[in-house]
Amino acid sequence: MDNLIAARSQMAMSLAFHIIFATIGVSLPLMMTISEWRWRLTGDPAYLLLAKRWAKGTTILFAVGAVSGTVLSFELGLLWPRFMQYAGSVIGMPFSLEGFAFFTEAIFLGIYLYGWNRVPGWLHLASGIIVAVSGVLSAIFVTLVNGWMNTPAGFDIVAGKFENIHPFVAMLNPAGIPEAVHMVLAAYTAAGFATAGIHGWLLLRRGRNRFDEVAIGIALLVGGVAVILQSVSGDALARMVAEKQPMKLASLEGQFHTEMGAPLRIGGIPFPDERETKFAIEIPHGLSLLGFHKYNALIKGLDQEPQSDWPNVRIVHICFQTMVGCGGLLSLFAVASGWISWKKRPLHTLFLKALVLVSPLGFVALEAGWMVTELGRQPWIVYHRMRTRDAVTSMPNVTLTFSVMAVVYVILGIVVVWLLSRHVIAAPETKQIEHPEVLV
Amino acid sequence: MNPCVVLATILLISLVIYSLLGGADYGAGFWDLVCSGPRKKGQRDLIAQAIQPVWEANHIWLILLVVLLFSGFPPAFSSMSVGLAVPIFLILLGIVLRGSSYVFRAYFAGDVRTQLYWGKVFSISSSITPLFLGIVIGAISGDAVLVDDGRSEGGFLSTWLQPFPLIVGLLALSLFAYLSACYLTVETDDSELQGDFRKRALFSGFVSVMAAFATYLVADNSAQRILDGLSRSPDCLVIEVGAAIATLVAFQALWSRSYPRARIAAAAQVGLIVIGWGFAQYPYLVRPELTIFSSASPPNILVDIEIVVALGGVILIPSLILLLRIFKTDRKSISADTETTCLML
Repeated sequence: MDNLIAARSQMAMSLAFHIIFATIGVSLPLMMTISEWRWRLTGDPAYLLLAKRWAKGTTILFAVGAVSGTVLSFELGLLWPRFMQYAGSVIGMPFSLEGFAFFTEAIFLGIYLYGWNRVPGWLHLASGIIVAVSGVLSAIFVTLVNGWMNTPAGFDIVAGKFENIHPFVAMLNPAGIPEAVHMVLAAYTAAGFATAGIHGWLLLRRGRNRFDEVAIGIALLVGGVAVILQSVSGDALARMVAEKQPMKLASLEGQFHTEMGAPLRIGGIPFPDERETKFAIEIPHGLSLLGFHKYNALIKGLDQEPQSDWPNVRIVHICFQTMVGCGGLLSLFAVASGWISWKKRPLHTLFLKALVLVSPLGFVALEAGWMVTELGRQPWIVYHRMRTRDAVTSMPNVTLTFSVMAVVYVILGIVVVWLLSRHVIAAPETKQIEHPEVLV
Repeated sequence: MNPCVVLATILLISLVIYSLLGGADYGAGFWDLVCSGPRKKGQRDLIAQAIQPVWEANHIWLILLVVLLFSGFPPAFSSMSVGLAVPIFLILLGIVLRGSSYVFRAYFAGDVRTQLYWGKVFSISSSITPLFLGIVIGAISGDAVLVDDGRSEGGFLSTWLQPFPLIVGLLALSLFAYLSACYLTVETDDSELQGDFRKRALFSGFVSVMAAFATYLVADNSAQRILDGLSRSPDCLVIEVGAAIATLVAFQALWSRSYPRARIAAAAQVGLIVIGWGFAQYPYLVRPELTIFSSASPPNILVDIEIVVALGGVILIPSLILLLRIFKTDRKSISADTETTCLML
């Protein structure tokens, strides 16, 4: 494996794990705070038990997310020293802000977890809210950096160096906010549906019980609202990409030729050498409508750039289709569940089975969407400004560090899943339901 | 005031706080590794109870340091990442293993063998990480880290695999262990446990003093410039004398079992050592080439970052005080809480 591929693989693997840990770590605090708030409002012990369970989950994920996040901040330098050398001052601002948000989250998570009996109720609930808010802020700040890599702004390149840097202009780059909103909603969608699905599965196994029912209620509310808002956010993001990164749009859509009134392709496999996307269902003028909200808008195709500068069109297109497909299915499901709860129908077995089936799709969409944005940016580390291969480290044997980290992360992943299954979703004992206040 | 100096001062302050808080957590992990004697379990439980609510927050000082370093002094971060890639990778590995094994150990309740296994991972990684942190500090104080256009002139091993950085690593580990033992004496009311950690504090304190002298001796050959820095300015002299006095006070307090005084004196001692290093290193970040002036981001960025740090501090400092007030004062009621919880579970 050459150094560039090894470094990219190590970064990709670190991010692929971190994105899962971090999204659960961002969403669980919201759900746990809603649950505690419901408990304080209704006095229903099932909510209290749930808040404590989800708080345990948050702790595990926060700890693992904190270390995997630390790894990433070091890996930026270890794997991409030239990128950090030149771009460090431009993107330092969101990272610094993220550091503070993260700090606040850690402090109040400590108070939340170990303070059940030590601080007044209002302060405890407020700590939960602060944890949830600062988690979201961290996610936003980090995604702003990714936005900058896609639509770099706030600097000039003078003689190969970044000059005239305006950190806040760089931070609020065109892709930044749309991407950040998309990311946060994706986090809520993925974790919300996954949690609801797990409790749906447990409800099927354990029979009707209050604990799983209220869990599904909260998780599905969070995931469902998020996925419906996601369609609006996705549209905004797509239009931004159409305007600022036409080549990325072309590879998402498998659009090889520049044309007016380009069709929207559903499915299909791009064949870069033949410059054609085959087997797709084409909706005439669809892409022009989506990208620019105009029937005959000009869509630039990949033919505008040499093939050597294309990303891996086939993977990007397939990932994009996967993301949109999963998002669409989940939206339908969210509308259906909204209708069911509106009509106050009891949870039907068929509904629960469907819930279990669709519940992993949020995470599938999350990973696929992340691959779209990362692979779609290649071969650039800073879009059209710096190539990934020019940023990579000169250190030999990156394959070795990649292998070591891969082994460590796989073990971490397995243990986290195992712990979550034992502490967060295991069946509560009767005495815990009756006296949830003893759980800390 | 020059914004480069301001940001460098913020970095140094963060490093001091990280050493005093995060460093002590590493030290606690080291003591977990060498727990022994009839009160082995009591020692382990005390360590776990002392670091549980605070170690996450303590760890984040390191993230802040890294982030501020690469925002404010990107070429320095880049050079360190290339020239010292190996020890930094080992620090990373240590951080991942320590952080996760700590949580895993806490949550594998009921399965003693698995808990012991994760405990081992936790304590070994807690001991290795400060060693390599010290090695990195030692290496950037020497003159072997030279990176030109992303290529390390000294390769990837000879930049740090030398007597001076290695001894600084040892110094860091012994100081952290010492600090942690001093803190732990105050965390319990059990006089036998206090006695255990008192002995450990005295022993590790002695080792750290020896290691400190060794760094002076070795620096004579391989890190002459930082030694010059130490003996150059009158500030450094004052700091060194202060550290020496704090050491004596800490030892005397440990000897006479005045634990709260020992804790404060030990913290002052370690803090002053780190500050003294900072003064001796000034104006360099990565010797022998990169100073805080030559590697700084443009002034407007430094000023923006400093404003953010100030605003962040307004939120952070009261929050931190709240956290420490809730968990580090009124210790007896915490342990009472924990006991009742354990009983009920």
